[in-house]
Amino acid sequence: MAELSDQLLVVTVLAYLVAMICHAAEYAFGTKSHIGRAALRPERELVMSGGPALVEKSSDPVAEAPNPWRSVLIGRAAVALTGLAAAAHIGTLITRGIAAERVPWGNMYEFILSATFIGIAAWLVVLVRWPNLRHLGLFVALFQVLLLGVAGMVAYTPVGPLVPALDSAWFIVHIAAVSTSSGIFLLGAVPAVLYLMRAGYEKGKRSFPYTLAKNVPAAAALERLTFRLHAFAFPIWTFGALIAGPIWAEASWGRYWGWDPKEVWAFISWIVYAGYLHARATPSVKRNVATWIAIIGFLTMLMNLFGVNLFFGGLHSYADV
Amino acid sequence: MTRPWALLRNSWRQLTSMRTALTLLFLLAIASIPGSVFPQRNVSAQQVSDYYQEHPDLAPTLNKLGVFDAYASFWFSAIYVLLFASLIGCIIPRLREHWQAVRMTPPEAPRRLDRLPASAPAEETDGTPAEAAARIRTMLRKGRWRVTAREQDNGSWTVSAEKGHLKETGNLLFHVALLSVLAGVAFGSWYGWHGNRILVAGEDTAFCNSVPQFDESGLGARVDEADLPGFCLELTDFQAEFLDTGMPSSFEATVTVEENGAVTAGRRFAVNSPLRLHGASVHLLGHGYAPIIRYTDRYGVSQERVTPFLSTDSMLTSDGVAKFPDANVDPATGQRQDDQQIGFQGIYVPTMPENGMVVQSVFPAENNPGLTLIAYRGNLGEDAGVPNSVYSINQAQIDKGKLTQVGEAKLLKPGESWTLDDGSTVTFVGTRDYATIAIRSDPGQLFVLFSSVLGLIGLTLSLNGRRRRVFFRITAADLRESSTTTSSSFMEAGGLPRTDYPGFADEFAQLVAATRPGGGTAEGTE
Repeated sequence: MAELSDQLLVVTVLAYLVAMICHAAEYAFGTKSHIGRAALRPERELVMSGGPALVEKSSDPVAEAPNPWRSVLIGRAAVALTGLAAAAHIGTLITRGIAAERVPWGNMYEFILSATFIGIAAWLVVLVRWPNLRHLGLFVALFQVLLLGVAGMVAYTPVGPLVPALDSAWFIVHIAAVSTSSGIFLLGAVPAVLYLMRAGYEKGKRSFPYTLAKNVPAAAALERLTFRLHAFAFPIWTFGALIAGPIWAEASWGRYWGWDPKEVWAFISWIVYAGYLHARATPSVKRNVATWIAIIGFLTMLMNLFGVNLFFGGLHSYADV
Repeated sequence: MTRPWALLRNSWRQLTSMRTALTLLFLLAIASIPGSVFPQRNVSAQQVSDYYQEHPDLAPTLNKLGVFDAYASFWFSAIYVLLFASLIGCIIPRLREHWQAVRMTPPEAPRRLDRLPASAPAEETDGTPAEAAARIRTMLRKGRWRVTAREQDNGSWTVSAEKGHLKETGNLLFHVALLSVLAGVAFGSWYGWHGNRILVAGEDTAFCNSVPQFDESGLGARVDEADLPGFCLELTDFQAEFLDTGMPSSFEATVTVEENGAVTAGRRFAVNSPLRLHGASVHLLGHGYAPIIRYTDRYGVSQERVTPFLSTDSMLTSDGVAKFPDANVDPATGQRQDDQQIGFQGIYVPTMPENGMVVQSVFPAENNPGLTLIAYRGNLGEDAGVPNSVYSINQAQIDKGKLTQVGEAKLLKPGESWTLDDGSTVTFVGTRDYATIAIRSDPGQLFVLFSSVLGLIGLTLSLNGRRRRVFFRITAADLRESSTTTSSSFMEAGGLPRTDYPGFADEFAQLVAATRPGGGTAEGTE
């Protein structure tokens, strides 16, 4: 079962990779891209040239720009592949849990696996509700490939049972809340980064990296999605890291808060995201300033996920690599 | 007289502005970082002194800056005190405003409803304006809106409704809860106390709750040593289970507790499930072995020491010492001979490998135990008045040549003895388990928990609430020329989201549809 889990991880990463390539293909050959437009231009001119041409064009389905439907097909395939990857992803988690005979949250590898799964699940929900955000899938898939790749290569830990300190009901509550909110925060960074690029693009900036945002949805939609993801994750993070964690810490270590490096960085992330929500709610603070704060929050999350375990140790060291 | 007042008022305004609050939040985040990078005294005093050893030049400067007590330092305190001052300055006026807003009836409808962000043009509706207004009011009340209907001078009616005050209520609740968390933390740090200690199994090594009995302790500013609740603990059993890999799978300690004169035997506690006593809780942090070492001196006097050895790795390879400063007292004179004291430095290995290093354990349970001792004779340096570690032989005495090693290192299995050159013998009798326990009391913690939960509720309300207003104006049909019947009126509507609320247009459309003749109910407008 442990081997199956490891193989499924490979499948998961590959599926995300292919999904990413499909998204990239849609991106490159889509109707809105250079290439797509170049391919469409003669037909548009044909339409412009007058009535008969219009009739001629509509009567000939083959001439009907082949690129749009092909790119839509590729886009749909990308979404389907993302779904497939998500299925393999949860398969990886479940088989791992079965192999270890416990919830699969016992170390850093499993934690990243869980948080990224929550991230992709949240992404699929976003896709169902706002299908026109599909273009963001490229970046979401890229993200998954990177995080899972790092998890598999750097943080991989063989299957093992929990140490006594983790044998608690609060363990499940704490880690479930923290990994859920981490996953959604991490996902929230995708529209945040794209918003900044897209906002620049909409202001007429045509240099790299703003040009990357040519095909993504409108800046306002990205900004709103960023806010909604963060506003959703923030109370869960508050509960997981600052309430459930301390309750468990009190039972286990005798104090609810002790400035352990992991606690410190959870606190820092909380403050930064609180700052983001305040900045977002304050009309005098520009939206791009607020979004930069969310990106700083994302960096503190990465620091907490990887940095604290790699550099500082501390009481949360069973989450080690 | 006015200028300092103006300065004060401006500074207060500056402090309570959102920009300042955001800056302070970021400063707090940045100021939290050093505490995770540098070792902290309240977490591990040992790591701080290690840091002094490694960076002798830098450490004193860092210490002056308070880096080793980062969360009690002047700069950290300054930031959070300012932040909370800013918070108070922000919420007091908002509390007042909110109190007024909640009690206020929804304002009169604006003259031009079509200029509001959402609006519906006038359409014919059933009944007289008064009837229609009453109908709309009932419908809105069912949807939990605050509604006021007003009759105008010209006989038309307006209905104003407002919803979503819970957002600001939640917002204020969250911020007040933060203040009360801070108050709870402060209370806990004043009236709380904690102590750590190693509790060796056995009646002779029982522990009674008092400061001198702790290996390490910390009392809050308002706690006196005499305030600690009196109870005694005796470790009667310790069960440790390990996996084949040596990873621990469960620890459980059994103690006899004497509390308020009553003795209760067989109380168990484990990692994650502390022993809750009156006024304190006892937490199991770790476990190890205390070898029992018997020394029979050259005059035939036996003494026994049970000293906890500290583990140096996960397989519980442990080291420690057994000191016998009163050994070799000549029974004829009764005089202690300072150069005849004896001490043993030892490495205890619960499971020795079949072959190879006998000073490196291969498993944490006692499957093949062995104790390697190095004997020292001379002056142990216990009487110099200098604090002396109970876990090591005084290296300074060895360096000064006052303490010399006797013979070679010797491996003993349980029950084995070793005869030294002067005919005295040392016996490794066996071991006892010990538990590392932390005893803590924090009278503020329940209050902090309660406040955090309130804060979370407030936060959820504040993030999900949406304040919005809707207005209806109903005009009698005869006031309009396009009227068809006399018993009908014209109704127009307008809506104003007071907070960012993308779904408002839908909600407004549903509301308006429900008020039209034959319209549905106002359900689904939540």
